[in-house]
Amino acid sequence: MKKLLFSAVAALTLMAAAPLAMADAPKQGGQAIITFNNDLTTLDPQVGYDWQNWSVIKSIFDGLMDYKPGTTELEPDLAESYTVSDDGLTYTFTLRDGVKFHNGRPMTSSDVKYSFERAVNPATQSPGGGYFGMIAGYDDVAGGKATTLSGIETPDDKTVIFKLTRPDATFLHLMAINFGYVVPKEEVEKAGADWGKNPVGTGAFKFVEWVPGQSIKLERNKDYYKPNTPYLDAITFEFGQDPTVAVLRLKKGEIDIVGDGIPPAQFAELTADPANKDLIVVGDQLQTGYVTMNVTQPPFDNIKVRQAVNMAINKDRIVRLINNRAAPANQPLPPAMPGYNPDNKGFAYDPEGAKKLLAEAGVGEINTELYVMNVDPNPRIAQAIQQDLAAVGIKAEIRSLAQAEVIAAGGSGKAPMVWSGGMAWIADFPDPANFYYGILGCAGAVEGGWNWSRYCNKALDERAAKADSMVKDDQKDARISEWKAIFDDVTKEAAWAPVFNEKRFTYHSDRLGGDPALFTDPIHIPVNYDYIYAKDAQ
Amino acid sequence: MLRYLAKRLAASVLILLGVSIVTFGLTFMIPADPVTMIAGRNSTPQMREQIRVQLGLDKPIPEQYARYLGRLVTGDLGISYARKSEVAPLVASRLPPTLLLMLGAIIAELMIGLPAGIYAATRRGRFGDKAAMTLSFLSVSTPQFVLGLTLLYLFAYLWNWFPLGGYGKISNLILPALTLGLAGGGWYSRMMRSSMIEVLRNDYIRTARAKGMSEWRVVMKHGFRNAILPIVAMIGLDVGIFMSGVVVVENVFGWPGIGQLMWQAIQSLDIPVIMGVTIVAACFIVLGNLIADLVSPLIDPRIRLR
Repeated sequence: MKKLLFSAVAALTLMAAAPLAMADAPKQGGQAIITFNNDLTTLDPQVGYDWQNWSVIKSIFDGLMDYKPGTTELEPDLAESYTVSDDGLTYTFTLRDGVKFHNGRPMTSSDVKYSFERAVNPATQSPGGGYFGMIAGYDDVAGGKATTLSGIETPDDKTVIFKLTRPDATFLHLMAINFGYVVPKEEVEKAGADWGKNPVGTGAFKFVEWVPGQSIKLERNKDYYKPNTPYLDAITFEFGQDPTVAVLRLKKGEIDIVGDGIPPAQFAELTADPANKDLIVVGDQLQTGYVTMNVTQPPFDNIKVRQAVNMAINKDRIVRLINNRAAPANQPLPPAMPGYNPDNKGFAYDPEGAKKLLAEAGVGEINTELYVMNVDPNPRIAQAIQQDLAAVGIKAEIRSLAQAEVIAAGGSGKAPMVWSGGMAWIADFPDPANFYYGILGCAGAVEGGWNWSRYCNKALDERAAKADSMVKDDQKDARISEWKAIFDDVTKEAAWAPVFNEKRFTYHSDRLGGDPALFTDPIHIPVNYDYIYAKDAQ
Repeated sequence: MLRYLAKRLAASVLILLGVSIVTFGLTFMIPADPVTMIAGRNSTPQMREQIRVQLGLDKPIPEQYARYLGRLVTGDLGISYARKSEVAPLVASRLPPTLLLMLGAIIAELMIGLPAGIYAATRRGRFGDKAAMTLSFLSVSTPQFVLGLTLLYLFAYLWNWFPLGGYGKISNLILPALTLGLAGGGWYSRMMRSSMIEVLRNDYIRTARAKGMSEWRVVMKHGFRNAILPIVAMIGLDVGIFMSGVVVVENVFGWPGIGQLMWQAIQSLDIPVIMGVTIVAACFIVLGNLIADLVSPLIDPRIRLR
């Protein structure tokens, strides 16, 4: 009876809520101003690959798949529907009707094919072309022997068929990644080298103007295929805005979002101010900050030494050092990522245990180097790690360098230890596979690769490949548990010392409204521009 | 005059050639690999190799330099690694804001430095002199990012006199020009002071005074014109000092000039842009020096060009 009552109440609440939700749909209108310190580099979806241009591109262009706003849940976008063959080697997408490019031309299947070929073609120099290695014909195009992908067929204007050379459970995520966004060939060719400055897509916002070093203006795409979307009439990105100055401007009501986030020096003051309670939104991000240890060289070829390093680092203290803008990490995967194992506690802080392990390892005195990017707060974090290591008898000298130099030192295998802050792995798509191959698998453990630990475990690679061959819907859970198991083993092998998972703090003006999840969208940084709205237009 | 000009121009070309060799050489000494930065995190060694070949980075360094120089003389600064667009128009579009900022800074430093220097010189050893020189010492030693942020906080945020950064209106120019020019103003006030003190010791000044000329006219008519000479020569050199200052000032104030472009290019290791800005900046420094050399004899006929 009690149960019945509950469901009756629930049903009533739902009924009451439904029309309310309809009435609450935000009205279109108004605008937002977002500041960034740096000008954008490009709006070419096949080329742009930094956190800043990443989500602006997402608002101008669309892919076959996308994520539900504010979540990591896949849904069809330019594709209306799709089917997967039983062997997982053929994906057939049916395109949506009525999708037009901003130049007015309807989007067709040949545009989809062209866009993927453009991503893979070496002449494009796309940093993401390698993601499409499972599409048949990839090697020929990537190797410069062909310009068309034999694995993409377009039997009619509305159908795109992908033939794969191996089943890959991340394929649908890759259909949602920027590098596969659909671009109109005629505009790309017309603009030539200036295409990245004159983007034409199918997305929620239409590109208007780019004044180099100053601003980019977007306006609402009135022909966008989703009705009543987006809500804002216009977005202006202003560049060259020091975040410290941008915070002052936001307080004065001149701008709406500090795109670079809250500067460390102002963090305590702003978050303590009760006026900012609803204006600063906190969320998780698909990011882990870690220390890599090069397993191919002494002393870190000894697993006991690596485990000792894991136990020596006081993660809570480091988190306090950065004003609690992160949560201590215990495994490579961040908590918001599917496959994160809440039961995997990693290595607890235990300096005595670390000393014991080092004694057991019997490697004698350890003198090593810790490479770190020279932008605050990373050198401070490195110093904390240095002190923790010294407390257990490991002497680590800090090498504080520019980002590109740290990346080079890691990629060449020269750096025994690297603190990943400032260059850390933020997932390109929300799947555990994206946290494995390039940074913990054999594929990345090469000259110029991003697996700076050079950890290469063939058995784990095989298990990863096997997990990713589980493509059917009813295998999803089995696949994720296999990834969990893989990352449990990776954690034990201690090629990394995971330190923390950064949180995101988005500071926005009172003029802007929307679900808080939109302001810390895991896919769109800093915010999901398509679904936030202007309160003054309501 | 013409022979002198030809000689100086030839020397300038040599200097620029030297700059091109040094910047080119430096990019190979940086322990970082642009190909890794372009290719991204999930690239394969084959992809990286392909990009290396496309950019011509697999060629011997002298050959790369020869190609670079060949393009440079035609005004082609190459293609940006991060933007995939041409560097020359990019730098050209960022030049006017920087030149405007430097002009503003020169006006600011002269408007601060000359009156302060003259004032101090005429009150030598007294309180006004000491106060002016203390202020000049402070202005020379304040880091520009501290000064810039302080000015922004006080005059733009608290008192609303000026906008909080930005570009386009004359009101946007005043604070960054002041930030860039204040140190120079302090410097000039010291130079002007010592130059003026020296000039005022001359016999013709005593003669002027003896004629019963007012002190104001003595200082401004006879003193100023002679005392300002060393400063005019310095203005040309300022271009070089400002070229490094704009990197900081433009970033604090959101000024869309080449300093900002340079800073961003350094962060992303966009070597063609870094080299492009360096060469263009070097051209302006050389030009500034040349102008300083040519202007001095126009003001002071005693200086002869050789």
